[in-house]
Amino acid sequence: MTWDQFFVTGDPLILASQIAIALTMVGLVVLVTYLKRWKWLWKEWFTTVDHKKIGIMYILAGVVMFFRGGVDGLMMKAQTSRPELEFLDAQHYDEVFTTHGVIMILFMAMPMLIGIMNVVIPLQIGARDVAFPKLNALSFWVFFVGAMLFNISFVIGGSPDAGWTAYFPLAGKEFTPGVGNNYYAIALQIAGIGTLATGVNFIVTILKMRAPGMTLMKMPMFTWTALVTNVIIVAAFPILTVALAFMTLDRLFGTHFFTVAAGGDPMLWLNLFWLWGHPEVYIVVLPAFGMFSEVISTFSRKNLYGYKSMVASIVGIAFLSMLVWVHHFYTMGNSGAVNSVFSITTMAIAIPTGVKIFNWLFTMRKGRIKFTNAMLWSLAFIPCFTIGGVTGVMLAMAAADYQYHNTMFLVAHFHYVLIPGVVFAVFAGLYYWWPKMFGFKLNEKIGYWHFWLFVIGFNVTFMPMFFVGLDGMSRRMFTYSASTGWGPLLGLSAIGALILAAGFAALCYNIYWSFRYASRDVGNDPWDARTLEWATASPPPHYNFAKVPEVSQLDEFWENKKAGITGLKKNEIEEIHMPSNSWTPLFMAVAFGIVGFFLVFEWFIPAAISAVLIVIGLILNSFDYDHGYHVSVEEVEETERKWRGDLK
Amino acid sequence: MSKGHKGFPWNHVIGFFLSIALTIFAVLMVQYTDFSKSTVMFIIGTLAILQAAIQLFMFMHITEGKSGVINIINITYSVFLAVVIVVGSIWILTTGHAAH
Repeated sequence: MTWDQFFVTGDPLILASQIAIALTMVGLVVLVTYLKRWKWLWKEWFTTVDHKKIGIMYILAGVVMFFRGGVDGLMMKAQTSRPELEFLDAQHYDEVFTTHGVIMILFMAMPMLIGIMNVVIPLQIGARDVAFPKLNALSFWVFFVGAMLFNISFVIGGSPDAGWTAYFPLAGKEFTPGVGNNYYAIALQIAGIGTLATGVNFIVTILKMRAPGMTLMKMPMFTWTALVTNVIIVAAFPILTVALAFMTLDRLFGTHFFTVAAGGDPMLWLNLFWLWGHPEVYIVVLPAFGMFSEVISTFSRKNLYGYKSMVASIVGIAFLSMLVWVHHFYTMGNSGAVNSVFSITTMAIAIPTGVKIFNWLFTMRKGRIKFTNAMLWSLAFIPCFTIGGVTGVMLAMAAADYQYHNTMFLVAHFHYVLIPGVVFAVFAGLYYWWPKMFGFKLNEKIGYWHFWLFVIGFNVTFMPMFFVGLDGMSRRMFTYSASTGWGPLLGLSAIGALILAAGFAALCYNIYWSFRYASRDVGNDPWDARTLEWATASPPPHYNFAKVPEVSQLDEFWENKKAGITGLKKNEIEEIHMPSNSWTPLFMAVAFGIVGFFLVFEWFIPAAISAVLIVIGLILNSFDYDHGYHVSVEEVEETERKWRGDLK
Repeated sequence: MSKGHKGFPWNHVIGFFLSIALTIFAVLMVQYTDFSKSTVMFIIGTLAILQAAIQLFMFMHITEGKSGVINIINITYSVFLAVVIVVGSIWILTTGHAAH
């Protein structure tokens, strides 16, 4: 392999990115050195096991990946904005839609949601950290390294180009001989380890570390959705692990799991991919439902309507989510019986989802609604998501699906599900929990710009896609002739994408503005909210709660406020046991990254040698007898006085 | 942390090596014998169930814990998932288009 094969060359856009990446990295290093922040970075962030900091790093990574995936989306919209444009060629367009899909689902939606879960869940259940803090750090770093490995593909070696679904035989060595799809197989595998570990970690945290008295049916709704989400993660991600392992074996070692030759079966890939892929949709959408539940209940000044039916519908969705995967490939040539059964299970999912929609509406009914930014996102979610849901029921009918399958109608549908269902929720969650994370609110006025630009842009971008789809435009077409008549609608869609981008820019400006100018005087409970995370300081001290709260009812914090029970007595403070920082998670993740990089290029000997680093990391972890440290009563007292004033 | 775990974790080591051995055995059997397809499927299926049992006893603490109810829920859910994945896949991939 020569250097001009190693680096991607010959495209001015990519050359510009390579220069920009190099300059950004040099700039970051210079900036951190100039500000003398290396030690601070290492101590406070790189080696931290604090769930709040890990959550913030997840969210930061998610925002950066949102930018990357968004630029991919803008490039596609630019290319299709006029008939027969020559902005991107077919190969480049393939690469762009592939990375757009993978990044938006796995490296934007997932870390945003897992990040918010990390920050909020331990606080919401009154715990001091997650069950396995060091494993949590490992989850983050492994995810981050996997994401970065995937991201460099477009400048080093070449992007994957077989779609985010990477269907065989196209994704096999025969048809995509470059390293692009090796990146797909290996980077996703590495990031997947992190997600699976998160799943285990949060199940144990929620089941074992709830505050005394908080029974399952007294858990906040976001905690419920997080629990069920993580159960689905543990159920579904191993399927992706196996499928990706088979893909890796096929591509790197010449086996024939999915090839057409030698008895392999490409359809097995589709089957395994969607056995994971469909539950994945619910993995990203359930925590979003939980966030909307919290936000809607808080800003309607009412408890959540139909708590029990909400729980039942979440569990119902989780159960059904494992039973619908065939609806992604009705046209593969399944028997009529298979398609019929999966049509019915798919349509059945609309029932628990509908229950939830009505519960939210009834929560708002007769409530004293406050139109904060977080609430606006929740309100916009309901109609937009319902359009996505209803078109989903259309697609669920196998016979009708032969008409819609793999058209822009489908693309419009899943953007109408995932953007309101995940992105709106993440925005609602960010505006809602921002003061808890950072001790200041995001600016509401700039937030309105963010909201209106984004929601209008979203509808202008994706609504036209329904119509070009019904008009016969298939997905992933990089160009079309003027005689198709799609030009005006796709042009409109491209304008919408610009408005969408302006909305994202408004969010970034809002973060910048609020960071510099927003009032730091928000108190512990700026929204007059209901759940336990608001009972402690904003941002919370590293030990979360000076005294672990006791719970006897749903919305304990709200009921206590009404009854006037607040405050902390001095004699209640005890020593607090906390986990120590650790550098081994970062070390292990970097080791995985190095091995992964060598495997992508099929340099097996360097890969085998550097795999020793992973083993060293495992041994270090196995013989780590650090049992953490204790925070003294005096330190706790001092920290609590700072935000509570004098203790009783 | 250190409470309740005494001595060398023999269970884990034995389970680990047994799992690897069973997997290699399955590969060797497919590679180097010429049994009929149904025999192969039968042997692989048996090895898989054996391995699942080893995992349950050696790693998954199935014999530990006070509450039997939780174990029953876990096992039921796992069996449900296994049936959906295995039987579902076989059903989908052997009927319809693929059958012709």
